[in-house]
Amino acid sequence: MIKRFFSCLIAAVLLFSCALPALAAPAEKDYSHLRGTTLNVYNWGEYISDGSEGTLDVNAEFEKEYGIKVNYTNFDSNENMYNKLKSGGANYDVIIPSEYMVAKLIDEDMLAELDFSNIPNYQYILPKYKGLYYDPEEKYTVPYTVGMVGLIYNTTMVDGPVDSWGIMWDEQYAGKILMFNNPRDAFCIAQCYLGQSVNSTDTKDWDAALDLLKKQNPLISSYVMDEVYNKMEKGEAAIAAYYAGDYLTMYDTNPDLAFCYPKEGVNYFVDSMCVPKNTENKEAAELYINFMCREDIAVANANYICYATPHALVLESDDYDLKGNEILYPDESQMPVTQIFENLDYETQQYMTMLWNELKIEGNSIMDAYVGLSVSLALVVIYLIYKFIKKKKREAYY
Amino acid sequence: MNKQSSLMSRLAGAPYLVWAALFIIVPLGMVAYYAFTDSEGAFTLANLAEISKYKDTFVLSIWLGLLATVICLLIAYPLAYIMAQKGPQKQSTMTMLIMLPMWMNFLLRTYSWMTILEDYGLVNTLITSLGFEPLQLINTRGAVVLGMVYNFLPYMILPIYTVMLKTDHSLVEAAQDLGGNKLDVFRNVTIPLSVPGVVSGFTMVFVPSVSTFYISQKLGGTGTILIGDIIETQFQTANNFHLGASLSFILMILIFICLAVMNRFSDDDGGVII
Repeated sequence: MIKRFFSCLIAAVLLFSCALPALAAPAEKDYSHLRGTTLNVYNWGEYISDGSEGTLDVNAEFEKEYGIKVNYTNFDSNENMYNKLKSGGANYDVIIPSEYMVAKLIDEDMLAELDFSNIPNYQYILPKYKGLYYDPEEKYTVPYTVGMVGLIYNTTMVDGPVDSWGIMWDEQYAGKILMFNNPRDAFCIAQCYLGQSVNSTDTKDWDAALDLLKKQNPLISSYVMDEVYNKMEKGEAAIAAYYAGDYLTMYDTNPDLAFCYPKEGVNYFVDSMCVPKNTENKEAAELYINFMCREDIAVANANYICYATPHALVLESDDYDLKGNEILYPDESQMPVTQIFENLDYETQQYMTMLWNELKIEGNSIMDAYVGLSVSLALVVIYLIYKFIKKKKREAYY
Repeated sequence: MNKQSSLMSRLAGAPYLVWAALFIIVPLGMVAYYAFTDSEGAFTLANLAEISKYKDTFVLSIWLGLLATVICLLIAYPLAYIMAQKGPQKQSTMTMLIMLPMWMNFLLRTYSWMTILEDYGLVNTLITSLGFEPLQLINTRGAVVLGMVYNFLPYMILPIYTVMLKTDHSLVEAAQDLGGNKLDVFRNVTIPLSVPGVVSGFTMVFVPSVSTFYISQKLGGTGTILIGDIIETQFQTANNFHLGASLSFILMILIFICLAVMNRFSDDDGGVII
């Protein structure tokens, strides 16, 4: 009897001890064995809350909490990141590319499948950002930020409300217009204006877009990426196409700036956290991704970056400074037409780059170079002849 | 004895030979390989055919590079001459001052020119506060040439200065003894003897100027796309190594031709005849 009682007791204790961790499931898994390891994170510039101006230093927080050293580096374009990854040698554990680059990476089998049991915070990502075209089975990516491109203009220099990309072709603003300095985004604006698909594989469509961009070329001050901040904030340029989130940053410095989503449509992007296949610390990478989706961290990042967030808890958080911001989160009636980039096939991509180079060279008027070079060449020839004659004379003299 | 020393010298030269083979010959071969193949690795001349599209860009790059080099020469030559005349104390101070900016990062130096030349930059703020119309400084060819001159000037000064310093002063004295006035001495002795320095300075400024992409991107705006920019795009954005390599290949040949012409100036008898 006693024996039976004991065995029951032991069984109960055993059961309880098994059930205990299950009951306490939200409690963290044990990650102490990862202490002292290094995690290589490769992200866009200015794309994480980094502790400046009293914000939360997310990477330092992660290091403090888990004892994993974060080796954090930046890239400035998806293509740049891809080249670094492709050329090998560089080992990254977490990368944050945009949707079309994710599609390319998955296509080329360069991403590792994530173990979502290690990323419970994935549940907070809004369903409308899950299972998008590049990762329909939700195996590889966790969305980090989303956003749209729009038109930024200086109200002291531009008259009237603006609602169309057409203003970027308005000669009235010649020399005061800034355009994206990367082919995909620049073509996108022309394509939206023409009402084409940004993922067209028809070279005729691209040619038409090129013609439009060539028309714009003489009106442009310069093709820029992050230099746009400086130029718009100082009023050096009147009109620029850039990301909505960045407008909010510029507006803080220069309240004369205004923003709109042109009616012809805009590009819409999703940047996601992924793990490359050659990672050496996948467990820590998943831990990091989960950490980035923790409410307080996600709020800090969203406040810092100013891009729209796909995180449900952030949207409702009272600590979120941009809660309900109508530029980042326009309501249904204000929502512009959007197109998302897909990965272009190799031929189309090469064709686009070729056109892009053609566009940029077009602006070069090089008469002076031809004249200058011919004159220099003539001078050299004259000199050499002169030298030759002199030498002959000398020889004759001796 | 003789044999042994030649063996020794060969052994001593071996590391350099290995280095040269690994890091000069092999990369050149790779550039050539990529230039003449397509993405499947088959032989093709298509990359080279495509280059005709970029001939204007080549011309512009060479022209701006040449302009920058000549300006560098005009600034550097008198400076090097003056430096070589000074006492040792002053010489080392001046060398130091010329080297000093080179310790700073190249990108940073170019970036700071942006701040100076911008529409609302330092120069224009000064001009407008004096009541003049602001000037278009940045995004012009002039700005690009300025950037090249500023960044590469030390590479012109130092070789000329070194050569002048090593000039045997007794040659100058001999010319003076033979009744040459200052101009004669300068024209017939100093200039011919400094030609090797000029040639190496020319090379060291011309080559990086022609192939630069950073300076033109930051200071040149839309009107000044150099061949370096095109090559950079092929590798960084377009991922078309083949076209990039063939562009580099042609650029190498063009630079080689320019330098060969330049070297015509430095052959021995030519130097004496000037």
